[in-house]
This record gives sequence, C-alpha cells and structure tokens, in this order.
Amino acid sequence: MVEQRRFFSGLKCRECGRPYPGKALYVCEYCFGPLEVEYDYALIGDSLSREKIEARRKSMWRYRELLPVAGDISVGADVGFTPLVRAKRLAAEWGVREVWLKNDSVNFPTLSFKDRVVSVAVNRARELGFKVISCASTGNLANSVAAQSASAGMQSFVFIPHDLEDGKILCSSIYGTKVVGIRGTYDQVNRLCAEIAGRYGWGFVNINLRPYYAEGSKSMGFEIAEQLGWRIPDHVVVPMAGGSLITKVDKAFDEFAKLGLVPHKTAKIHGAQAQNCAPIVNAFRAGSDVVRPIAEPNTIVKSLAIGNPADAHYALQTISGSGGSGVAASDAETIAGIELLARTEGVFAETAGGVVVAAAIKLLASGQVKPDESLVLCITGNGLKTKEALHGRHELKTTIKPSLAEFESLIETESPTKEWK
Amino acid sequence: MINVRIPTPLRTLTRDQEVVSATGTTVSEIIDDLQSNYPGIKERICTGNGELHRFLNVYLNDEDIRFRDGTATALNAGDELSIIPAIAGG
Repeated sequence: MVEQRRFFSGLKCRECGRPYPGKALYVCEYCFGPLEVEYDYALIGDSLSREKIEARRKSMWRYRELLPVAGDISVGADVGFTPLVRAKRLAAEWGVREVWLKNDSVNFPTLSFKDRVVSVAVNRARELGFKVISCASTGNLANSVAAQSASAGMQSFVFIPHDLEDGKILCSSIYGTKVVGIRGTYDQVNRLCAEIAGRYGWGFVNINLRPYYAEGSKSMGFEIAEQLGWRIPDHVVVPMAGGSLITKVDKAFDEFAKLGLVPHKTAKIHGAQAQNCAPIVNAFRAGSDVVRPIAEPNTIVKSLAIGNPADAHYALQTISGSGGSGVAASDAETIAGIELLARTEGVFAETAGGVVVAAAIKLLASGQVKPDESLVLCITGNGLKTKEALHGRHELKTTIKPSLAEFESLIETESPTKEWK
Repeated sequence: MINVRIPTPLRTLTRDQEVVSATGTTVSEIIDDLQSNYPGIKERICTGNGELHRFLNVYLNDEDIRFRDGTATALNAGDELSIIPAIAGG
C-alpha cells in the first residue's frame, strides 16, 4: 500500500521539536528528548471515517493511517481488537453503573497488550532493513517479540531479568528465540541492552525502534473508543511500568477527537503501580515532577517492576492533565484483585490486572470515580503467565474415587442444605 | 583518570570514540573536563542551569548517580561513568 507512506512524514523531538528522518532513531541528539512520529492529520482526516474503519477487518490495523508502518502489514495482521467486556457483576459488586474490561489478556498471539507494540515494531523493522529483532523485557514484551519474529521468519534475542515467572520464560523460549537471563533488575537489563544496541546493528523494539513501537499502544485507546460506540469513557485505569501505555491511550483519545471520530470529551486517566515499585505514583502523590527511581523493586508484580520508568515524566503529565490520579496496590490487594475479577467476570488476569482492579476499588472508595460514571479497566496480560503469584491458593483440594456413593457423601458434607439438587 | 562511556548520539563530538578518559573528582568536574576536550558536549548533557537533562541517566560503575549525590557524586581513580539515554520497555 503505497498510499500509507504519506500519512507519517518522519520523527520529531518531543522536547525541543527538532525534526528527524523516519529511521531507527530514538533520542534527540541535542536534548535527549524522546522522538515521536509526525503525522499529517489533515490528510488522515480526509481519508478516515467511522464507516471506513468499521468496514475493515477486526484487528488493530483498522486504524492503520494512525500507525507508523509505510507498506503492507506482513506480520501481526490479526493483533488487537480484543473484547471490551461489560462487567455487570463487578459493577454490581461495586455499586457502579458502568464498568468495562478492555481484555488484552486474550490478545493474539501472546496474550498481552505487548502484541500491539511489537506488531508495529517488527513491521517497521523489516521496512528499515533489520535482520535481527531484540528487546529488554519484564516478560510480556519478550514473549511477543519471540512469537512475532518467528512468524516473520526473523531471528530474535530477548533479554530478561533471570528470575521471571516460569510462564514468561517458557512463552519466549518455545518460539525458538535466544533468551538471555540477566542476573539483575529490569533496569540493569535495560542499561545493558542500550550498550548492546550501540554496538550491534539489531532492531531493539524498545530502544532504537521505540518511536514506532510505542505508537502501537494507541490502538488500545482507539478500540476502547470505537467499542464503546464512538465515545470516550469518564475514567480509564491503566497499569504503569515504563509509563508509555498511559500516555498513548490518552493520545489515542486526543487523535480521535481531533479527527472528529468521537465527541470532544476528556477522560480522567488513572495510573496504577505496585506499591513496592511505584516511582510514578510516589511523584504524583508528592506533587513533584521529579521521579525518584527505585533501585531494588520487590513485588510479585514483575511485569510492572521497572524502577526507572523512561516515560514517567509524560505519564505524570497525562495523569495530572486529565484530572486523573496515581494509585498503588500492595501485593495482597493485587492477589485479591485477580481473584475478584476471575470470580465475578470469568477473566483471569496477570498480576498487573490485579493492580488495576485494586486501584479501581481505591478510586471508588475515595470518591474519585462516582457510581454514575463510566469506568474502563485496562487488563493488559494473562494470569496463566504469572501463576507463581497465586501459589498455594488454588490447589486441587477435593479428590474422590470414581464412585457415585463417594460423590453423594461428598455433597452431603459440603452442601448439607441440598442447594445443589 | 576516569573512563567515560559515550552514548551513540554524542559520538560525533568524541570523534567516534565509545570510551574517553577525563579528570575530575566529581561528576560535575568530569563534565567540565569533557567540555574542554570535546567542545559542545556539556550543553548536550546538561540544561542551561547545569542540571543533567531529564531523559539522561548517568551511572557510576553500576549505580545510578541519583542514588548517590547526583552531579556532586565523588569519584575515585579507576571509576567508570556511563552516560545512557532513558530506555522504554516492559
């Protein structure tokens, strides 16, 4: 599709505005500000309409004018357009009118929102001529890099903290990628990868491909707005690790409003972190724009255990600018959140999803979300990948012989009121 | 002498050298010494008021200098400083 090339022109420094070509560049040479993709919104506005989007295939690529890939989509064409579930039983439990789950725990192919960013990054990496794809990851990103590189027939290397959950390691290695465990924190993995990226000519999705990769997260916001019937909700709760997703959900709503696809109405965007690794929430609470990194994150929420979030500054701007809030959840609250979501809605989220549910409970308790408002929870990953967090809580407790008599005696013991009969 | 690892975007100023040496007893002094040998580098690392750019991380050996005394962090001979742009991820 030659037409697409015209919709984005190149990159621009988010801090000082200097222009850069649309290559594998990620920081401004002058002020080290992050580079962002520049779009021609006038042209996109002429081309894109609700009808045109609705007629397209149900994937994130139905918004392709707003995603930075120039040619045809050669990998990840089915990523995205995950269910937006009306959570009636959870809403009833909380006494709220309208709760929705944006359920990326069933995203394709690797069951997390990272499939969105990697799909953009791998397509763009191919266009830029890379042969090897790589990343630093807390797990989900590595899974998606491994799977989508495999389906693209490209070689990949993924770098992770060595002590990740078994599911996160298996879900990378199964795809034939080279998994390198680093004996250190995620931030140390990241630092090493910055040095590797400077020496090897690889496409690191979260480093030299970052401007393209990060844009993929917008599709979560686009889908929320479209699936709500082309409207922006009153509140969205987004988990924060590096802090990029929250800024891109906000950007997605802004772009849809700018293009006239939704009525101009702002959502309050709330960021959620794990209590023992909450540098962005800490800064929000202190009313400061200086983010103090966390040297040794200690939480069961490993996917959010980033002590030095690159986009913290912009995440804070998004929260404050939208009238949202920063909320932290303890490990116990996170587990309770995972179990509540499963019990009420049949959705098994990973630990980051438990953090989001716990954060929503706090926002309701403090009155920041009112019972008559609409609330969307971003569920970004799947519980099967973080089973360790629930260790010992859901083991098989009841076994019997294959005998009706044993079953009858069991049901008498467990449920003497005969409610089962 | 302190070895300083230079990130790719600044290597045009260091004649493509990945590691350069500098003298000084604090991070600030090292930055000033770099400036005298590689003119223009200080304004790329620091804002107008001498603070490090927000999106730049500086490590003394393996530790972020924000966990020490920032640009006032004291250095010893043989230390290595690394200048690394902030990295996204997850």
